[in-house]
Amino acid sequence: MAMLLSEKQIAQLKRRVRETPHPREMVLDVLHAIQDANGWVSDEGIELAAIILGLSPLQVEEIATFYDKIYRRPVGRKVIHICDSICCWSRGSETLMLRLQQLLGIAAGETTTDGMFTLLPTCCLGACADAPAVRIGKTLYGKVAPEQLETILDGERTEVKS
Amino acid sequence: MRTCEPLLFKNRRIGETVFLEGYRKTGGYQGLEKALRDMTPAAVREEVKASGLRGRGGAGFSTGLKWSFFPSDDPGEKYLVCNGDEMEPGTFKDRQLLLADPHHLLEGVLIACYALGIGTAYIFLRDAYRQCAVNLEHAMHEAREAGLLGDNILGSGFSCEVHVHRSAGRYICGEETALLNSLEGLRPTPRSKPPFPAVKGLFGKPTALNNIETLANVPHIITGGAAWYKSLALTEKGSGTKLYGLAGHLETPCCVELPLGMPLGELVRDFGGGVWQQRSFKACLPGGASTPYLTAEHLDVALDYETLEQVGTRLGTGGVVVFDDRTCMVAATLNLLRFFARESCGWCTPCRDGLPLVCWLLERIESGQGTREDMTMLQEQLRYINGRSFCALALGAMGPVDGLLRHFAEEVEDHIRLGRCPLQT
Repeated sequence: MAMLLSEKQIAQLKRRVRETPHPREMVLDVLHAIQDANGWVSDEGIELAAIILGLSPLQVEEIATFYDKIYRRPVGRKVIHICDSICCWSRGSETLMLRLQQLLGIAAGETTTDGMFTLLPTCCLGACADAPAVRIGKTLYGKVAPEQLETILDGERTEVKS
Repeated sequence: MRTCEPLLFKNRRIGETVFLEGYRKTGGYQGLEKALRDMTPAAVREEVKASGLRGRGGAGFSTGLKWSFFPSDDPGEKYLVCNGDEMEPGTFKDRQLLLADPHHLLEGVLIACYALGIGTAYIFLRDAYRQCAVNLEHAMHEAREAGLLGDNILGSGFSCEVHVHRSAGRYICGEETALLNSLEGLRPTPRSKPPFPAVKGLFGKPTALNNIETLANVPHIITGGAAWYKSLALTEKGSGTKLYGLAGHLETPCCVELPLGMPLGELVRDFGGGVWQQRSFKACLPGGASTPYLTAEHLDVALDYETLEQVGTRLGTGGVVVFDDRTCMVAATLNLLRFFARESCGWCTPCRDGLPLVCWLLERIESGQGTREDMTMLQEQLRYINGRSFCALALGAMGPVDGLLRHFAEEVEDHIRLGRCPLQT
């Protein structure tokens, strides 16, 4: 379990939990920390969060499973969130989704065999003036044309390698 | 072309963020200084009430009235929560403000806390707005160094702490009581009201909840005065400026600050660059995904709270989403309803089970399998879902369905009569 976060990180989080008057409010901070370090939150991650927060695993689980940006299943090194809400839909997000599935050889919800990308639809990213929008890892791409996708994916792959 | 001297966007340069030095150069923190130096908290509340400011987050409730219900003078722990869970599709104004000028919000938060006798504020930001969170934290660091945040602000004796909370997705967190649960680390389903947050909110204490844009208007009301602020709107009942979003089938989608009450057609033509690809205007959502449609008949309508209520819709967040003449309104409505059905928290039956049923009916009609009975059933769902759900999510979700059946009934009937979508070639 200690592998999920370093001893130092665990100690730091435990200290913050002790210092805050309402420890439970930190549940997302702890889950974010575990996800940042591991890419996703495993069952062991839920148990670790529960220990840090002084909650039961179930109390953490009911939070973790509610939020769509906490991943409770393994994901690729970069998650592709493609917006399928109204503004992006009106400017071609369905075509982008099909092209991404073609280029990656996976359906929505799946991860590429090399473990690089997971493809997930998402609701509005707040980039409506730049529709259609796609977020890959931490980078937001706006006004994406289907023909740009290959270059964008190549760039994201190279960034991981370098 | 009608424009206005921007208030919230006065320091906005696309691609740049203004921090303390730039913010102060154009009068930043003068509102806070004036409030702390010359005004009692009650006087600040009075000024905001007189300004006619209405909540910019979607519901449009009078900010002054909301604050008047708050036990400002009671001793004990109280909180301000800034709702920055901007997740209404078609809405991206608060993000633009925080990318351009984060101190604007911080000053609004501090004045609001002073007015309401609050010592602790939380700014709740949605997951996607990471850069906004970074900007705010930097702004808070600068403000602390400059004596504008923390203990004894500007030597006034007023102390205030602000915390930024980063969420992890889900539209329901924008519902104010779900947001409170989310902040407390509970599963973010809405709470039953009463008790209202002003009585029993965050951690069981009185809590004031306001949207980012709403709070960012407060410094201007204090520096310029309520009468001046109110006079900025184009309509008699309106007040101030509005950050309008322009998205969908437009040549130049953008976010722009204009007087409240801009006529729809003018906004689309002068700032949206007109409908794209030289097509014509068919319909729009006037204020985000949960507001019933306006049509080409409404291009002269002023985009403010009262006028839009008169034509059966709402200003909502002011995020205008335009559809061109080739858009199938059944397909557009289906996209919107799929969003709401997916984002339902699942707490109450009308929303959890009703919205998927509405999606199913729209899917049948759009694919050409719909019958007259399906259309009747769709109509019935308006009655069965509206007013029967636990929170406003389902009511908002049914806004586009209401608009579809009121303005585009013929188009829905064509789908049924032809056995296919008439707009698909």
